[in-house]
Amino acid sequence: MLETILQGLLLGGLYTLFALGQSLMFGVMRLTNTAQGDFIILGAFAVIAGTALVGQAPLPVTLAVLPVAFGFGYALQRFVLNGTLGKDPLPSLVVTFGLSIVIQNLLLELFSADPRSIETGGLDTRGLALGGGVSVGVLPLIVLAAALAATAALQWLFARTALGRSFRAVSDDSEIAQLMGLDAKKVYALATAIAFVLIALAGALQGMRTTVSPADGPMLLLFAFEAVIIGGMGSFWGTLAGAMILGITQQIGFRLDPGWGIWAGHLVFLLVLLVRPQGLFPKTVG
Amino acid sequence: MTALLSVHGLEAFYGDAQALFGLDFSLSQGEVVAVIGANGAGKSTLLKCLTGLVRAPREAIRFGGEAIGGLPPGQIVRRGLAMVPEGRRLFPSLSVEENLKIGGHAGRRGPWNLQRLYALFPILAEKRRSPATALSGGQQQMVALGRALMSNPQVLLCDELSLGLAPVVIREIYAALPEITREGMTVAIVEQDVTVAQRVSHRVYCLQEGRVSLAGRSDAFTREQISQAYFGV
Repeated sequence: MLETILQGLLLGGLYTLFALGQSLMFGVMRLTNTAQGDFIILGAFAVIAGTALVGQAPLPVTLAVLPVAFGFGYALQRFVLNGTLGKDPLPSLVVTFGLSIVIQNLLLELFSADPRSIETGGLDTRGLALGGGVSVGVLPLIVLAAALAATAALQWLFARTALGRSFRAVSDDSEIAQLMGLDAKKVYALATAIAFVLIALAGALQGMRTTVSPADGPMLLLFAFEAVIIGGMGSFWGTLAGAMILGITQQIGFRLDPGWGIWAGHLVFLLVLLVRPQGLFPKTVG
Repeated sequence: MTALLSVHGLEAFYGDAQALFGLDFSLSQGEVVAVIGANGAGKSTLLKCLTGLVRAPREAIRFGGEAIGGLPPGQIVRRGLAMVPEGRRLFPSLSVEENLKIGGHAGRRGPWNLQRLYALFPILAEKRRSPATALSGGQQQMVALGRALMSNPQVLLCDELSLGLAPVVIREIYAALPEITREGMTVAIVEQDVTVAQRVSHRVYCLQEGRVSLAGRSDAFTREQISQAYFGV
């Protein structure tokens, strides 16, 4: 049982990374990025392509992809997504849904449908014995540590910095924020830029942990979505908690029957939607 | 005396509905001017045009010699025109101090900073870590006023400072006005209460259905004249 929960927490770490970007973009501009999962897969393939280009060096390539993702996210928001924002959520849903299809087909064209993974030189198979016959993978531990660090960093950014103050102000009332001299479009672009760094990081770690293929995106989006909804919109610790609950539930499901894992996760998600539609820890961001 | 801010023949629209019909308005350096009028007369629309929240033709509004009509709100506040919006509209997820700090985002230099605001409204220093919306209405109005002052404007526009506040609280807010205008700040206040408006201002404009129905020195008009201009009866 203990081992199941432990594995669930490790899986939850991964889901946290899937979900944080989603939580950030929704929190700042009420934008639901339905291409979240596909962008994660795109991040993974960017690292795969990078390692193929320069020879095996997954860590430096990942580190190089992160600033590219930042610029990509900034430009995407500035030149595409800002135009879809407004009282009506439909334009942004349609545009990101369209992007999702474009990315899937682009990746299919470039990399074929074969599952691939990022070669880590055996890191993905290394384990750490915890005593009592329980051992955990080193890579999942790194993922969990990255998830905790990213959550804490985002929370700090929102609560303590001038940029975080701008994020909260435009989220509260963008008209008045502009009256204060904030350029809401630039603030939105920065939020998406940061979200895309998290998306690329999630993609790289996903690609190291397991295989990725161009059609994987929608499944990852679903996990990200479930984590954000279970945790409650707008709170990063809530997103982390939601991801952990999802991870643990899936692991318990897998333990009972290998076919039940994902299904058990969906069940808990639906249960939360029924009993507490605002999520377990809802809060405006910060 | 040349006007610091002048509005000439301003027309403004919300979609197809016209709200201002060729309105003229001016502010001279160091003046306190009140804008009165019934609901829907166009008072708030005038302030929104001045601050860039409602579109206006470029040449219809001149500030310090430059045409600023229709510029984005951020550029206007950087030039020194700040507004206390109607209904305060504080940022609920920001603390009192964070609300004030965001007011200083425009980055203009001048006499106003956190210390001076806290000296003017000591209660805000005490509550600076509270969420802004946890304060009483009067205290929230102090935050909204402070947030606008933090940009060190040349012209301060106040939209209905007294909205929803008790008379004693309204008096307390207006008691801060002399301290605010001490260094020659130019102030325009939109006010429903004619008595308050006449008492605190040098000049008064009365608007009626998007036009100026009366303008002149605040002490030059009788109640009858104002009520005539106010209601048009």
